[in-house]
Amino acid sequence: MTTPVKQHLIDPEICIRCYTCEMTCPIGAIQHDDTNVVVDPDTCNFCMDCIPVCPTGSIDEWRVVETPYSLDDQYGFDELPEQGDITLPENAEADEIEALDDAVAALLAEAHKGTGGRARAPATASKPTINLHPLSNPAAATVQGNYRLTDPDSENDVRHIVLDLGRLPFPILEGQSIGIVPPGLDATGKPHLPRLYSISNPRDGERPGFNNLSLTVKREPRGLCSNYVCDLQKGQEVQITGPFGATFLLPSDPNAHLLMICTGTGSAPFRGFTMRRQRERPDARDSLTLIFGARSARDLPYFGPLKKIPEDFMRKEFAFSRTPDQPKQYVQDKLRAASGHIAPLLDNAQLHVYICGRKDMEQGVEDALAEIAEGAGRVWSDMRGTMREEGRYHVETY
Amino acid sequence: MLDLINVSYDSQIPNNVGLSSDKKVLKALEKWHPGYINWWNDLIPQNFQESMVYLRTAVSVDPKGWAKFDYVKMPEYRWGVLLAPAVEDRRIPMGEHCGEPAWQEVPGEYRNMLKRLIVIQGDTEPGSVEQQRFLGLTAPSLYDMRNLFQVNVEEGRHLWAMVYLLQKYFGRDGREEADDLLVRSSGSEEAPRMLGAFNEETPDWLSFFMFTYFTDRDGKMQLESLAQSGFDPLSRTCRFMLTEEAHHMFVGETGVGRTIQATLAAMSEAGIADPTDINAIRDLGVIDLPTIQKKLNLHYTLSLDLFGQEVSTNAANAFNAGIKGRYMEQRIDDDHKLQNDTYPVTSITDGKILTEDVPALTAINMRLRDDYVRDASGGVGRWNKMIAKAGIEFALKLPHEGFHRQIGVFSTVAVDPDGNIISAEDWAKRRDDWLPTKADGDFIQSLMVPCYEPGQYASWIAPPKVGIDNKPGDFEYVQLHMA
Repeated sequence: MTTPVKQHLIDPEICIRCYTCEMTCPIGAIQHDDTNVVVDPDTCNFCMDCIPVCPTGSIDEWRVVETPYSLDDQYGFDELPEQGDITLPENAEADEIEALDDAVAALLAEAHKGTGGRARAPATASKPTINLHPLSNPAAATVQGNYRLTDPDSENDVRHIVLDLGRLPFPILEGQSIGIVPPGLDATGKPHLPRLYSISNPRDGERPGFNNLSLTVKREPRGLCSNYVCDLQKGQEVQITGPFGATFLLPSDPNAHLLMICTGTGSAPFRGFTMRRQRERPDARDSLTLIFGARSARDLPYFGPLKKIPEDFMRKEFAFSRTPDQPKQYVQDKLRAASGHIAPLLDNAQLHVYICGRKDMEQGVEDALAEIAEGAGRVWSDMRGTMREEGRYHVETY
Repeated sequence: MLDLINVSYDSQIPNNVGLSSDKKVLKALEKWHPGYINWWNDLIPQNFQESMVYLRTAVSVDPKGWAKFDYVKMPEYRWGVLLAPAVEDRRIPMGEHCGEPAWQEVPGEYRNMLKRLIVIQGDTEPGSVEQQRFLGLTAPSLYDMRNLFQVNVEEGRHLWAMVYLLQKYFGRDGREEADDLLVRSSGSEEAPRMLGAFNEETPDWLSFFMFTYFTDRDGKMQLESLAQSGFDPLSRTCRFMLTEEAHHMFVGETGVGRTIQATLAAMSEAGIADPTDINAIRDLGVIDLPTIQKKLNLHYTLSLDLFGQEVSTNAANAFNAGIKGRYMEQRIDDDHKLQNDTYPVTSITDGKILTEDVPALTAINMRLRDDYVRDASGGVGRWNKMIAKAGIEFALKLPHEGFHRQIGVFSTVAVDPDGNIISAEDWAKRRDDWLPTKADGDFIQSLMVPCYEPGQYASWIAPPKVGIDNKPGDFEYVQLHMA
């Protein structure tokens, strides 16, 4: 059987034929005739340059296929074909396909955009299972607990939600996400799109040996799904899909150094990473660095448990942007302040960089890392490119 | 070293042209800036100025950096001067200088011609913002309001781009022209905008969508031809503007498409199959297809006038001088000089519409208009697919190029939408069948009620299939400031 591959397609019902993508593509993979704009599957290398320049969003379409749609097939499209039912063979080298549901794949492509190119998994990462439960066939989980993580007097309501999976097979890896579809219909009468939440526990369960998983969710004002999730009561049933994600993963290499930079609920995957290390290599020293930003200590999820982790197991820097009488500190400020520690790390071939949080943190972090690299006489864009190609540079922002 | 990819924010004006080390131009622009901000502040209603709008701002001109989305108040939008990266060893692509290195400075002999082209292009940019200034008050959704404001701030940035060229390369004349761009005003009696289509009102949202589809598409064709210019700074400016112009095309095509979609859905729900059952359809709170056709006729023909005379020595001179090329010049397989070529042009002889071959050099406008017609017909075909899919027997079509024209060979004759020359009297009698009437306008106006709830849409327009920046359907694209 042929190995399924990921194919880049353009939605002919949404595309307006402005050809901006075609003019932007650095390797000429995009072409058009009088009907459609198409992507040559033999040429496209997923560099993603065409994604931000598209005014319509029609370009952000992906299908997992056994035989790619040819150019002629694509010129004949009146509408985009549905994702076919593809069973991924056991241990398939299906190259870093993050999700089969296109809505989910689009969300993840968007979240990983800040990587600056094709996202790649760490070379030594375990092979993830994806899409076990697609949108068309969600699974039921039971709420085991719902705890507030932020101080009662904080305006931020961030919650730790534990879901019991019962006897449901649902294998996950640290850094993967699940989808939750809020109940009800949207303005067009269709079910809502799923919202993705990073899993915040390691692969062997929130408690080792238990078939459960946890999420870190912030209540957003008027957020349809976050309010639904934050209001879940113990014992309530919730429909989940996934797992999703095949690149924002933990390397299995026990000597890999993880530089984890996050804000707010971006800490969720790093909780999973850290707990995995704690359970697997409790004796590890100086192999984890966490740079964590929040408004203040009372807004910082998991602040208590984090403080108990010894510094020689994980070096921790907290940046608070709203501490009274203190200058505003952001993660990029902490990075700059710690440049003596960070600069040599960037040269370490076993360093893996992870950035997770709100989209607006990207630029500041990027600038700080560039400054640190350039201070050490390095060209940041080259370094970043190499790390990304080697699966050592990961961005997941929303 | 000058950083030509990352935008410099160390001066007040984000730019990738090294403004901070170009004191003279920086000073001129900083002097011009307050006038610009005043113009903007006087234009857009105050509560929108204070609202947080989810806009796209360019932080650099490479594909990774030019679409950063975030909430911003419009007066705080970072209008910048951004040029597409220079192409190494770029050559003049057409005309008598074809193959020579592109100019980095204005060639003296073409100074006036260049300045005029830049001023005309620059004049359209604020013109459209002026025409659209009150539309926010009747936005059919926060999504549409955001798209309107994105178009507006980008037109504003395009004005900046043209003003930069004038101030950088045209000395005192250029500075005066830059100031005049803020003096002229759309629809003004004393100092109107230079081109007719930019003095027409944009009274409602369907007009706005038709305008962005048809009239901004003229802008796109003009930018495409100027992007070919042998004057490299102009070429690079226009290339970057084109990426933004694509968004305007998108707003137009999907705006009209969504209007049609809402009509089709309402007809289907009410069990109406006859698209000409106008009153019954209007009662559903949607715009009937024949009225949409009339709006299309109006905006398409106003836009065709923007291409000027079919046979034009000005256009020939600009091409020959290497100042303005043809649409996709680099993809055309000829000698790019057009000394011995001909091109078919329509003419009126003895009351008949004929085609005759004229020297291709003089037919540059006609050719660009032909390219425009082809480009514009694509979206019409896609709208018709939606109509066919809904099982309604109706097809929108572009009227004949001679219909309702004020400029060029057709301006002297009365032509019906099918291309028959008829008497002026007959034309006047049937005008109301072809172009929107006051009653049509009043009806459309009656539907223009604001809808400011996230995820909600006015009755006459369907929600988009995909959100901006992949946002979910209920995303709050504009956080309205309620004073």
